[in-house]
Amino acid sequence: MKRIGVFVCHCGINIAETVDVKRVAEEAMKMEGVAYAQDYIYMCSEPGQTLVREKIVEEKLDAVIIAACSPNLHESTFRAAAEEAGLNPWQCEIANIREQCSWVHTDREKATSKAIHIVATIVQKTKLNESLEPIPVSITKKALVIGGGIAGIQAALDIADSGHKVILVEKESSIGGHMAQLSETFPTLDCSQCILTPKMVAAGKHPNIELMTYSQVDEVSGYVGNFKVRIRQKAAFVDWSKCNGCGLCMEKCPAKVSSVFDRELAKHGAIYVPFPQAVPNKPVIDKDSCIYFKSGKCRLCEKVCEIGAIDFEQEDRFIEEEVGAIITATGFDTLPVVDLAEYGAGEVPDVIDGLAFERLLSASGPTVGEVRRPSDGMVPKEIVFVQCAGSRDPERYKPYCSKICCMYTTKHALLYKHRVHDGQPYIFYIDIRTGGKGYEEFYHNAEEEEGIIYLRGKVAKIFRDGDKTVVWGTDTLTGRNIEIAADLVVLATAVVPKDSTAELVKKLRIQTGPNGFLAEAHPKLRPVESINSGFFIAGAAQGPKDIPETVSQASAAACKVISLFSRDHLEQDPAIAWVDEDLCGGCRICISVCPYDAREFDEEKGIVIVNEALCEGCGSCVAACACGATQQRNLSDSQIKSMVTASLGGV
Amino acid sequence: MFEPKIVCFLCKWCTSAGADLAGTSRLKYRPNGVNIRFMCSSRVDPEHILWAFHEGADGVLIGGCHPGDCHYEDGNYKTQARISLLNRLLDDFGIDTKRLRLEWISAAEGAKFANVMNEFTEELRSKGPLKLAAREMAK
Repeated sequence: MKRIGVFVCHCGINIAETVDVKRVAEEAMKMEGVAYAQDYIYMCSEPGQTLVREKIVEEKLDAVIIAACSPNLHESTFRAAAEEAGLNPWQCEIANIREQCSWVHTDREKATSKAIHIVATIVQKTKLNESLEPIPVSITKKALVIGGGIAGIQAALDIADSGHKVILVEKESSIGGHMAQLSETFPTLDCSQCILTPKMVAAGKHPNIELMTYSQVDEVSGYVGNFKVRIRQKAAFVDWSKCNGCGLCMEKCPAKVSSVFDRELAKHGAIYVPFPQAVPNKPVIDKDSCIYFKSGKCRLCEKVCEIGAIDFEQEDRFIEEEVGAIITATGFDTLPVVDLAEYGAGEVPDVIDGLAFERLLSASGPTVGEVRRPSDGMVPKEIVFVQCAGSRDPERYKPYCSKICCMYTTKHALLYKHRVHDGQPYIFYIDIRTGGKGYEEFYHNAEEEEGIIYLRGKVAKIFRDGDKTVVWGTDTLTGRNIEIAADLVVLATAVVPKDSTAELVKKLRIQTGPNGFLAEAHPKLRPVESINSGFFIAGAAQGPKDIPETVSQASAAACKVISLFSRDHLEQDPAIAWVDEDLCGGCRICISVCPYDAREFDEEKGIVIVNEALCEGCGSCVAACACGATQQRNLSDSQIKSMVTASLGGV
Repeated sequence: MFEPKIVCFLCKWCTSAGADLAGTSRLKYRPNGVNIRFMCSSRVDPEHILWAFHEGADGVLIGGCHPGDCHYEDGNYKTQARISLLNRLLDDFGIDTKRLRLEWISAAEGAKFANVMNEFTEELRSKGPLKLAAREMAK
């Protein structure tokens, strides 16, 4: 009989407050196979781990169970500790009595009883656990970065600088993302173009970066170190290898299309580059707007292109690549103004969002940096900025704080004052949040020196009256209702995940949180990793964040990838399927259920074997096996049955 | 009050992570279930479920990823097919099919996990303890 040690963690008071940890240890001691049980205040701390290591030696333990937090958190920590003391890491199991017990129950007696059952269940599993050796697998030292905004660019550059190859995939025809749309950036008022475009150029020219713009990830299979990805490069209808970027085609194109980049404040042709500083600076034809594609006549661009780069026959191209790690940095969108019914639902022409205002402020924008309102081009004398438009509003819109709006709205008001000296900006806010280096100073300067009027309260309604846009709000500090007949209203709309995120995470099989942003493996300790190994996350796709934070996170994700690539090989979890050759009848049901082609019929033996390199350990074939010949290592049917019995208090 | 016993077979990637999220969000729910974590819901053999009823469970919950979200491509579809078939047999065993619950709960749905546990506990309370001929005979 194995000698099992059970170590019950108090987790400060996180577990001990609801669960009687001493009683759990006492009851564990009575369980068959348990040779030692002890509670301790912080099992994951150095003294806690030392206790585990010492007792393994002193008590001659063959296996240990740590009754503590979720295995997602510290399983690897405790397995490493057990290994240091001479145990096989697969002889260390975690009983989750925090996330799935103490934190979700209030009745101490019932929670304690449940914790005892959880420990008993894991004791049954542990009794029959075998010692396993990890399966070594090779690693493809090439990374895929999805998303070419500042997060993706930074991550790609960092990985490329370390000497590893990177594929940078961007959905649009140019990299740059939302940062390329910004005018100047808080709190230093650096011009966004000046700090971003050199990085875009560097990413475009780096010998280790393969830029794939106008492309999307179509399919991902495999596992950490060995992913296979299929990338779809959309037809641009322009042969980029020939195009020299002269721009004549764009000048001559008779179609008029609202510019997404310019937030529909300007138009471009059906053949276009999103902005002049694009990388690569090559045009694409928007098939839906192109006159030739719609009516069969025109081809003006083809006629003016002297080098014959226009190719109306071009088709989507599919590229298969093998990579070892994937960083998702797909960024954010903002809540569409049409979703905000009380703010005019997009019907009031002079109600725009923050990104549109960035384009009005930008020297390379549709108004060349002059603040002019969309309806009639007039320079607005009074602008109302509305913060938290859709944020911090759990009843109707998004419950969370979009984090960047306090700062960028202050910046907007300030830049407006710099452009229109006699203009009056008003800012409606709920709270002003300026956590960040130099942020509070920036806000104070704007409020005290620049004459911006801050009104604490929410705006109830915005509507058009003549050429004015009327804002009804309440100043909650004075208790008065306020009506401002403004010339322009700028909404700081909520930061939301990109629409395409939901579809992408399905392909990657990574998780999102309740608001649709990418989920990190641990909010504090593993902020740039997904739970699924080999996947990393960076930037606003993980949650609203400003540029400095995005850049740090991108570098952090790159660092994780580089650290992964510094190993000679990776280790795969050996808790996979195996076959009892004496029992297998060769019926091959397992072959039909395996998603990885890991089950193969051995003609000579007349049985179905497991290809260990391909098996991912899902256990589907084990459940399908009619005669019990296929079992899962350390999760056999007999283990499961005794676990079930123990969970019901039957052992 | 009758406290039903529930065995919960949860997949690691979605439902167990969702149950963890319920914890980190400090949601409260009834303590009637003990979770057994599998890599995938498709590891659940109908035999495990029958065994749970035999061993005294009043209800069994299977938790997997939403359709299309399975970490192993299509494990959850296999689970669904197996559960549908098992439901046909449960009647023969004298087990109300409502005592077996299959739920798709993602890693983001801590609240859903808590709700399901509460609802299922209430439902099983109203049904009362499972009286199983096989169990009685064994005694």
